[in-house]
Amino acid sequence: MNAKLAVGVLLALALMTLDHRSGHLESARAALSVVVYPIQYLVNFPVKASAWVKDSLRTRGALLNQNARLREQNLLLRTQSQKFAALRAENTRLRELLESSLEKGERVLVADLLAVELEPSAHQVVLNKGSKQGVYMGQPVVDAHGIMGQVIHVGPFSSTGLLITDVSHAPPVQVNRNGVRAIAAGTGILDQLLLSYVSVNADIRKGDLLVSSGLGGRFPGGYPVGEVTKVVTNPGESFAKVLATPSARVAEAREVLLVWPKGLPSDLAQHARFPSVAAR
Amino acid sequence: MRVYQQRGGWIIIATFLAAFVLTAMPVPEWAASWRPTWVALVLVYWCMELPERVGIGVGWTLGLLLDALTGALLGQHALAMSVTAYLAVKTRCQIRVFATVQQVLVISLLLASYLLMMLFVKAMSGIPPQDWVYAAPVLSGALVWPWLFALLKKVRRRAHVS
Repeated sequence: MNAKLAVGVLLALALMTLDHRSGHLESARAALSVVVYPIQYLVNFPVKASAWVKDSLRTRGALLNQNARLREQNLLLRTQSQKFAALRAENTRLRELLESSLEKGERVLVADLLAVELEPSAHQVVLNKGSKQGVYMGQPVVDAHGIMGQVIHVGPFSSTGLLITDVSHAPPVQVNRNGVRAIAAGTGILDQLLLSYVSVNADIRKGDLLVSSGLGGRFPGGYPVGEVTKVVTNPGESFAKVLATPSARVAEAREVLLVWPKGLPSDLAQHARFPSVAAR
Repeated sequence: MRVYQQRGGWIIIATFLAAFVLTAMPVPEWAASWRPTWVALVLVYWCMELPERVGIGVGWTLGLLLDALTGALLGQHALAMSVTAYLAVKTRCQIRVFATVQQVLVISLLLASYLLMMLFVKAMSGIPPQDWVYAAPVLSGALVWPWLFALLKKVRRRAHVS
């Protein structure tokens, strides 16, 4: 039994080292994800079922009300998107004049978050789309309000996303107002991001919108990441302390969008190590 | 050749499945860090009762599945679970005859070692937990143990798992 324990411990240590130092175990993880997917599905089922029951027990009046509200919203959004179309045409024309590259449209796919708890200290979510739907490692995940995170493990039917608030996540961002660049590191707290290495005299104010800069090649440029909530400058230190809240509803999102940025084929984007220049 | 016929394997599987479901079940945020380490508790029970069927190997495999389920480093739970299984099998003769209070003490020691091993791995991989609430599962696990023990015992007797 002692020998068995020794083998188990050594094997576990070897696995951990391999998993931590290099990404060679992704295929093993993908295979294991198939085994645990039924459990995750089972856990998610009551949540889904209760939502379904709630939906089917709605009264006619409530549905009519909601329908009217959605119509109104739809009208509003369509008006806005008309303006957007005109602006896009103008933008394309100007870009042609400048002979700069055209930005292609982005493909998106809606994924449901499974209501599954993972490690409390790590901010990760399980999505119900996997490599069968073309999901790839490092793929950006956004919700209706901004960037939520990126895909870190892909299984055939499900994938794991790392949220922007996780301590090991730090996308490059820039201030929408003036283009000041920074890195928005996660803090492990669900409503807080920390901008690292912002110099004391950088022009960042409370209320500034941070958008993804597109540097690093992972996230497409221009998606909202967060809003600056607090800037503390201490003249004695070389960097300012800048806090932000994520734009995405990280804690309460039920559905997210998987984005294939800028028409890059997924296998190409997977190996994209170069910074994307399209987003300036 | 087996002399004893092994019975009720599906009961063991079902209890572990339930433990996995409890591990993955969404709970309010304040309760998340107080969630007992269900799979480890059930493992300790079966290691005590049927050490020839549930031991280090089973613990290791379940640990690997836990790693995949919780998105942890592969091998993290496998390490902690196999050591916990070892300790449980080693101390099973004492634990089984202990009074409830003594049992709870030993179980909390087991859980503490389980969490300590995970803490080592987390600290090594660069994401150490920030506060003392990390140790909360020891307390909650010790609290649920007497009930879990009684329940599993009843299930085992009813289904004649041997």
